Amino acid sequence: MRALPLKPQGLASVMLAVLRREVSLAMRQKGEVLTPLVFFVVIASLFPLGVGPESALLLRMAPGVLWVSALLAAMLSLQRLFATDYADGSLEQMALSPTPLGLLVAAKALSHFLLSGLPLVLMAPVLGLQFGLDSRALGILMLSLLLGTPTLSLVGSIGAALTLGVRGAGVLLSLLILPLYIPVLIFGAGAVEADAAGLGAGGHLSLLAALLVLSLFFAPLATTAALRISLE
Amino acid sequence: MKTRVIHWFKFSSPQNFYFLAGRMWPWFAALAAVLMAVGLWISFFVAPTDAQQGQGYRIIFVHVPASQMSMFIYIVMAAWAGLGLAFNTRLSGMMASALAPTGALFAFLSLVTGALWGKPMWGAWWVWDARLTSELILLFLYLGFLALQSSIDDPRRADKACAVLALVGVVNVPIIYFSVKWWNTLHQGASVSLTSAPSMASTMLTGMLVMVVAFWMYSIAAALARVRSIILERERHTEWVKHAVE
Repeated sequence: MRALPLKPQGLASVMLAVLRREVSLAMRQKGEVLTPLVFFVVIASLFPLGVGPESALLLRMAPGVLWVSALLAAMLSLQRLFATDYADGSLEQMALSPTPLGLLVAAKALSHFLLSGLPLVLMAPVLGLQFGLDSRALGILMLSLLLGTPTLSLVGSIGAALTLGVRGAGVLLSLLILPLYIPVLIFGAGAVEADAAGLGAGGHLSLLAALLVLSLFFAPLATTAALRISLE
Repeated sequence: MKTRVIHWFKFSSPQNFYFLAGRMWPWFAALAAVLMAVGLWISFFVAPTDAQQGQGYRIIFVHVPASQMSMFIYIVMAAWAGLGLAFNTRLSGMMASALAPTGALFAFLSLVTGALWGKPMWGAWWVWDARLTSELILLFLYLGFLALQSSIDDPRRADKACAVLALVGVVNVPIIYFSVKWWNTLHQGASVSLTSAPSMASTMLTGMLVMVVAFWMYSIAAALARVRSIILERERHTEWVKHAVE
């Protein structure tokens, strides 16, 4: 494991170092990136088996189903966001470092997005094709996922920090975080549906972007507070 | 002239608050019982039968106060949680965790009475109306709070973690409410509008107000009684508890 740089450096370079560390760690254990992605595909494929192969029904359900699957897949990898660093003590070193913990946390959330959100964004059109979405709807679906999944990572980091080292953390995390994901789900899936209904997806996408900005500001603060409580 | 000064901060110590709460909660409980009796009497015997809804509307006297309390208690809980984080007082966390079960109870009660009311009025136990859905999500938030509380063994850490969760939740509640509302209008799902309530007869309004106050008193009494047992449980190693329970 590469240590964080010791001599004082610019904030951007520290964030970049955290990001590179996370990505290189993930690349050495490719399963961590691939498992949520496979999970996403499996969940989305279960729905047609459950409700029947009628194409009109599937087309109507597609945005919601894909978004719910993405939500669950993004949550699957959240638990490890801090857990390994907590176990080997590097999280404490981060908390002690002169760099504000909030920035390190933001970098970690960003890495979570790159490693679990972005693959979902790229995989979604393939699944969308299976549900019979046309190219316009696929584009909006991708755009909504691109705007929404960073919010999932940021809000999820609060839950990951709160449940750090707690027994039954996995199930607890989903109970804490899923209700908070509801606005993202509504506007994400709603963007595709609104466009299909001829209302235009602009409003929904703007609201998704607003949620992203809001969580980008507040989530690292809350996560930092939660981490400091967990590390006490 | 001698003026008596009350040192309010005295009661931020669990020991002092234990005795204060012990003095206070029977009064609130008695008030709750009396007001609830009066409120139920008004709602069952005095308030007139509704022109459209018949007798079935009478569940409103429980439903409305319950949902109101469930929302208000969450805000009070978050306020206690915020106080606890800011001043690092032990009692604040205890108050927050004493309020949570009552809030969850009211959220549940409001959903159940809503379903019982919905069946005869709308012909369905459940509609995905914005208010019902956000009440359900509020119940989930309460359950998350309670689950986090019970899964952390160290009570101080549990209090602080729950405080962060409650504050995150209280920021999210309006966002969730409005997103659910817009989701509902986009889908045009339920054709039932809860917002255009018909004007109520004054006795109905009186009955409801009495019930609201009764639920307030109940909540205060329940929270105080519960915080007493939380204090006893957490301070069980201290000397004063040994004398207090004798």
